[in-house]
Amino acid sequence: MNTPIGKKIVLTTFLLGTVLILISIIAISAGSSGVHFWETLAILAGKTNPDSATATILYQIRLPRVILAAFVGGSLALGGLVFQALLRNPLAEPYILGISGGSAIGAILAMLLGLSYFPGVTIFSFTGSLLVLAFVTTLAGTTMGNTMLSRDSLLLGGVMMNAFCAAVIMFLISMTRSFQVQHILYWLMGDLTTMQKGQLPILLLVLPCFVIIFILARPMNLLLLGRETAAAMGINVKSIVMLLLVITSLMVSIIVSLSGLIGFVGLVIPHIFRLLLGPDHRLLVPSCLLGGASYLIVCDLLARVLPSSGELPVGIITALIGAPLFIVLLLRSRT
Amino acid sequence: MSHILDISNISLSFRDKLILSNVSLEVSAGEFFVIIGPNGAGKTSLLKVLSGLQKAQKGTVTIKDKNILNYRRRNLSQIMAIVPQHIEVGFPFTVADTVIMGRSPHLGILGMEGENDFHIAEEAMKFTDVSHLTDRKLFQLSGGELQRVIIARAICQQPEIILLDEPTTALDPSHQLKIMDLMEKFRREHGTTIIMVSHDLNLASMYGDRVLLLKSGRVVKTGDPKSVLNKELLEDSYGCRIQVDESPLGGVARVTPIPDKYLHNYD
Repeated sequence: MNTPIGKKIVLTTFLLGTVLILISIIAISAGSSGVHFWETLAILAGKTNPDSATATILYQIRLPRVILAAFVGGSLALGGLVFQALLRNPLAEPYILGISGGSAIGAILAMLLGLSYFPGVTIFSFTGSLLVLAFVTTLAGTTMGNTMLSRDSLLLGGVMMNAFCAAVIMFLISMTRSFQVQHILYWLMGDLTTMQKGQLPILLLVLPCFVIIFILARPMNLLLLGRETAAAMGINVKSIVMLLLVITSLMVSIIVSLSGLIGFVGLVIPHIFRLLLGPDHRLLVPSCLLGGASYLIVCDLLARVLPSSGELPVGIITALIGAPLFIVLLLRSRT
Repeated sequence: MSHILDISNISLSFRDKLILSNVSLEVSAGEFFVIIGPNGAGKTSLLKVLSGLQKAQKGTVTIKDKNILNYRRRNLSQIMAIVPQHIEVGFPFTVADTVIMGRSPHLGILGMEGENDFHIAEEAMKFTDVSHLTDRKLFQLSGGELQRVIIARAICQQPEIILLDEPTTALDPSHQLKIMDLMEKFRREHGTTIIMVSHDLNLASMYGDRVLLLKSGRVVKTGDPKSVLNKELLEDSYGCRIQVDESPLGGVARVTPIPDKYLHNYD
């Protein structure tokens, strides 16, 4: 029969982990002042002492940014995976419950108030998403009581929340003077350029979320079969669903408050790995985490190096590459 | 004889609608128990209450001398497996993936199966004759194959009680018998208690040790198949003309609903 799942997980994790490390080193090396791949490796390993300009570029600018891209990409992919399982809807993505809308309103308000990017915008945006999370979990709690249909009301609640927030965002933008609009638009498209070394510890807050989601990977498999079937196989559906909802939303809120709304990673990465590896979440959780991280690092790298001057918003690249890639995989899986 | 399942005075209502009213029943270990009744009588609701998926407003459900409310979901699932009426096949799990999911209530916190779990799943698939389908996706299976896979999953759970919700409704006669014979054989070999909801009165008659007739949420009668599958009781409960006679197989009742165009032969 099958090789035990544990071996598969170790193997996939090892392969994708290696890819992630290689891609990170390439991303740290590449840029307007390029450093050779092996040289970067030697510097990072502490074998070579770089001159101070190179050190600044590598340690102060590129490394934090690559780390941010990795955490953001991994978290968004994981968030999409969880919501797709939880709502049993292939169109679900990390922003589907309205968390994005809440944090966007918070971020825009902070920008209009003239607050600094960090901590001002970050805190406002995090608060905005928490308010939405509170609303959504209340909704989930009240509708989960008797009916087993709550995933639909949760989904619809989220869609309404997003629509409402979108209206507020439009309103705020229409009231804004032109020079601020570009800041706001860049934030809405997702922005990894604002990362400073001091913000790195905040990212560590999402690590426990990763662990909890991995532990809940098997219950997620069972949830795909429907809530009653999951319950019949020993899953405490109500608490597992609530825990996943809160943990994932918190993770996404933290990420969004640091990076803005980077689209498409959370939708496409889970689908790509589901096509490649099948529906088992014990395999999908680590794969999405590492794959999403690698993917966003690559996209961010392209956003940095493709234009002759300046940068593209990374959200453009994620969809430009991701959509065709997904369609190709879909066509190949059908034949 | 000890009762593995004991239900006393269960009442259940949704808003103002009474679904179950004062339902009591006991099931002995190793019994083949069939619940029958017209559509909307509350059969599925009763199954949900006695599996703990639905909490009743009144009355108690006792499983192995312990109130069902005092069980953790996981422990309950080690005792009881359910073969549901509707089966989700949308996600591309294979037959092997599906069957081994039955091990869930027995696994540790990370949910990794060991050699023993794979062995149990393999045996379950052999028993229900789906071993040749191991790598197929669920949506590629026929109705009969799918039902056998889901029964393999239930068996894999190594339960003491298996609940089946209309397991034969969508199947042809040959597959109906195959499913029922499987359950009967499994019960004989393992002493497992089988509780089945069915619309098929003849299957109830042939396989049930005891039958419970439910109508509008109330128990009309519980007893051996011959005493419950009684013309007057059935006609009153189902609201149609029904003939009950001795089956040519001998020893069991045969139930024949009578269409209008044959009524003149009958009266």
